[in-house]
Amino acid sequence: MTGWTDHLTVTPIILPLMASALMLAFDERRRVLKRVLSLATAALLIANAAALLWFAGDGGGPLVYLLGNWAAPFGIVLVADRLSAMMLLLTSVVGFTALFYAVARWDRSGPRFHALFLLLLMGVNGAFLTGDIFNLFVFFEVLLAASYGLILHGSGTERTSASLHYITINIAASLLFLLGVALLYAVTGTLNMADLALRVASTDAGDLALLEAGAAILGIAFLLKAGIWPLSFWLPRTYAAAAPPVAAVFAIMTKVGIYVILRLSSLLFGDASGEAAGFANEALLYAGLATMIFGIIGILSARQLTRVAGYYVLVSSGTLLAGIGIGGEALIAAMLFYLVSSTLAVSALYLIIEPVERNADEEDMIAGIAEPVFDDEYVGAIEEVTDEQGVIIPGTIAVLGGGFIFCALLLAGLPPLSGFIAKFAMIDALLNSSEVEPAGWVLIGLIILSGLATMIIMTRAGIDLLWTPGEDAPSRLSLVEVVPIGLLLTVCLGLMLCAGPVMAYLEKTSSTLHQPAHYVAAVTDAPQAGSEK
Amino acid sequence: MEIVLALAIGVLTASGLWLIFRPRTFQVILGLSLLSYAVNLFILAAGRLRSDAPPIVGRDPASADPALYADPLPQALVLTAIVISFATTALLLVVLLASRGLTGTDHVDGEDGEA
Repeated sequence: MTGWTDHLTVTPIILPLMASALMLAFDERRRVLKRVLSLATAALLIANAAALLWFAGDGGGPLVYLLGNWAAPFGIVLVADRLSAMMLLLTSVVGFTALFYAVARWDRSGPRFHALFLLLLMGVNGAFLTGDIFNLFVFFEVLLAASYGLILHGSGTERTSASLHYITINIAASLLFLLGVALLYAVTGTLNMADLALRVASTDAGDLALLEAGAAILGIAFLLKAGIWPLSFWLPRTYAAAAPPVAAVFAIMTKVGIYVILRLSSLLFGDASGEAAGFANEALLYAGLATMIFGIIGILSARQLTRVAGYYVLVSSGTLLAGIGIGGEALIAAMLFYLVSSTLAVSALYLIIEPVERNADEEDMIAGIAEPVFDDEYVGAIEEVTDEQGVIIPGTIAVLGGGFIFCALLLAGLPPLSGFIAKFAMIDALLNSSEVEPAGWVLIGLIILSGLATMIIMTRAGIDLLWTPGEDAPSRLSLVEVVPIGLLLTVCLGLMLCAGPVMAYLEKTSSTLHQPAHYVAAVTDAPQAGSEK
Repeated sequence: MEIVLALAIGVLTASGLWLIFRPRTFQVILGLSLLSYAVNLFILAAGRLRSDAPPIVGRDPASADPALYADPLPQALVLTAIVISFATTALLLVVLLASRGLTGTDHVDGEDGEA
């Protein structure tokens, strides 16, 4: 890999930034131009991420890009290894489909949607690529600032008041982030992640407590983004308040927190880190399990599908964090598969909820739950059926129903879709470890239980919203809305069909995560441009 | 010097925390601002306290002893952090006004519990 391909590592940040800046120059009335520009950018991002995945995966080790050609650790580095490339591809796929969906009508409900959306993609991409902990803070702020704008997109009382909480909590978390960075810098004297990894191993025993305090404070900032219990009460409400395409792309934001935790725990607290090794693994495990329990209860008690999706995001975060807590190569690989599959599925769910609920006229979407369970739950439905003169299934309902079932199967993890493969691989990895700890059994139980809870609520919602003939004629469903949902579900289908190669890639990813020395060596030995090597 | 800085950080943090647990949005914003000042001072402290020491090394090789200089990196970090927190506070202020306009109250939940 030489020449222009070197710059592929920085283009996922530059490209959306430039497109977004360019868009500010045009009037809001140039809508077609903006749509074309932002969709083209998103498509290019997919191609870019796929190329990075290819280069990072062909065995050459992580791609390191020295910004401003300053040698590491003095300058800021961007590092694209297998994990980053995978996350970039996931982000660009989710981003592209959400943008496509937004073109149907959502980008018209407020100004500068496309510019903010691309800035969000830039922030997320930057957070995945950067190898510098303060630069990570800057990209976090970029993605948060864009997300503040997006969550307010469309305005309204609910959105404004939800975003007030969201912004306040995230500013507080950013302050914690800074505190953690300052503590790490005070102890180690560096902000470069690879350099940090080297210095953690040789930290004095006396300074270790300070270092761990810094890492813990930093961790809380990321865990808050990931939606860990008890710091997650803001999440379902905020995501439910956001416009559907915005919520769909927010599904990736919790994964940014997970990614950073995975990255830092691999680099800073891997087996090579001496006394600090394995720091906070137990805390992650128990917090993850608690998040799963909270999420499952939330799923069962939710009365709107958007809330169900929000709680499902929590369950997925909890599963991933508990997985990181237990650790092990096979489990991390399975976990990454679950990460990809669940992000795509939740994203598709957020997109499909709005057309599904458009037909329902009640404020309380899943009506059955508010009614007595035994007396008359199905009375209304049966009466309506007798009124019908034969059931005609219109195209809209068939498409929506099909997509909804697909989503439900994916989320609940029923065979044969990728959700099932992910959960099966996780449980398999847990059972195959030399000795299954009690916490491992609890995790297995909760994984299965969360699938059951999701199935119950999705069946219930499906019956209420889709499969009970209603009085209203089904609303029109535009092709622009169907295509992105279809795309996401097709990607999930592809994940299922190509599970073998995907798992092989993820297993290699996981094994590189367990050998941080490669990452560190790639960063510290990165040749400067223009120098002979 | 150390004790003054430590006290300043402590007082700012305590006041900031007290304010962000208040029910009025304006108090919350002030609390966040105070907290960000505390954090900025903390970052400076993380680079070891030096007074009367320049952060920039001169051209003269004889004076290139790092012990003579303050650490420039925390100063750069604080500068970035100030800009970012200023921008987000301004944004939060706008959302506060929007929320006040839409709900008719400045309570953080958009409704007055006591009234």
